[in-house]
Amino acid sequence: MTLFNLFSRRQGSAPLARDRLQILLSHERSVCSKSDLIGVLREEVVTVLCKHVPVGQDNVTIRMDRGATLSMLEIEVLIHTPPAR
Amino acid sequence: MAKVLVVTSGKGGVGKTTSTAALGAALAQTGQKVAVIDFDVGLRNLDLVMGAERRVVFDLINVVQGVAKVSQALIRDKRLETLWLLPASQTRDKDALTESGVADVIKELRNTFDWIICDSPAGIERGATLAMRFADAAVIVTNPEVSSVRDSDRIIGLLDAKTEKAEKGEQIEKHMLITRYDPQRAKRGEMLNIEDVLDILSTPLLGIIPESQEVLRASNIGAPITLCNAASAPARAYLDAARRLRGGVVPMTIHGERKRLLVKLFRRAA
Repeated sequence: MTLFNLFSRRQGSAPLARDRLQILLSHERSVCSKSDLIGVLREEVVTVLCKHVPVGQDNVTIRMDRGATLSMLEIEVLIHTPPAR
Repeated sequence: MAKVLVVTSGKGGVGKTTSTAALGAALAQTGQKVAVIDFDVGLRNLDLVMGAERRVVFDLINVVQGVAKVSQALIRDKRLETLWLLPASQTRDKDALTESGVADVIKELRNTFDWIICDSPAGIERGATLAMRFADAAVIVTNPEVSSVRDSDRIIGLLDAKTEKAEKGEQIEKHMLITRYDPQRAKRGEMLNIEDVLDILSTPLLGIIPESQEVLRASNIGAPITLCNAASAPARAYLDAARRLRGGVVPMTIHGERKRLLVKLFRRAA
């Protein structure tokens, strides 16, 4: 803590403010845009699928895992098949 | 062509109303016909800051509800012929503002004014989203301080999602206005500097308004700072910003402070 105090006294607190903001906002932006993106994707996927197969809003699950180098988008669609005759 | 500008910030107390009055007056001082609208229903203050508080007869909600015509509610500034104010209601509920009502008012004002400046309430609720709804451009007022920067980031997200322009797939023009800036403190690393704020928010800069006692004096008197003391550092900064809004290329200077900074440096070197 004393070391930190010495450091911050020399540098001022603004760099710390900037770093905290950068970390916080990169997180908040990803959360906000993610929820929007998934909502839009779900709506559009359902619209397209509905042209060909009967699916409802509830039958489509969309998940996204964001990684540092690789992100995965997972779309799961449940289609009720009519009983075989 | 009329331009609708929203002055917004998310956070309260950063200088939206001061900036609306100053930019409105600055644009009117160049001969532009300007209407400033207070969207802060229940907590109106633009009338007070502009010195028109005793001349309010009708307000925005009266107009939206059809009780009064736009022309009856508009108050002409006593000092500037081309500056008009449409006050907010102080007594009504903010839910009395409807989207279609606001759309009609702005549409009507577009016919007669060059600039329509909407002073947004703080927050991200209905009043704030209605103030930005029909804007062509936004001025995001930010203090060099963590909570203000964070809230500005949130507001930028809303501007890109909730405005009519954004919904049509167009880009809303965004401008950062940094207020209460103290270049000495920023230089010492005690305050976020301009580069930090712009880097974090990645939005073009409209102006830097230095911290100044003149701003309080102007609101005490009830005059926009650009009229109260046009030679003061914040007034010159607002006048520059207004010129930039009109498309002028004005070099970005931190008014009033540069000389002092140089003097200080000389003193330190001596």
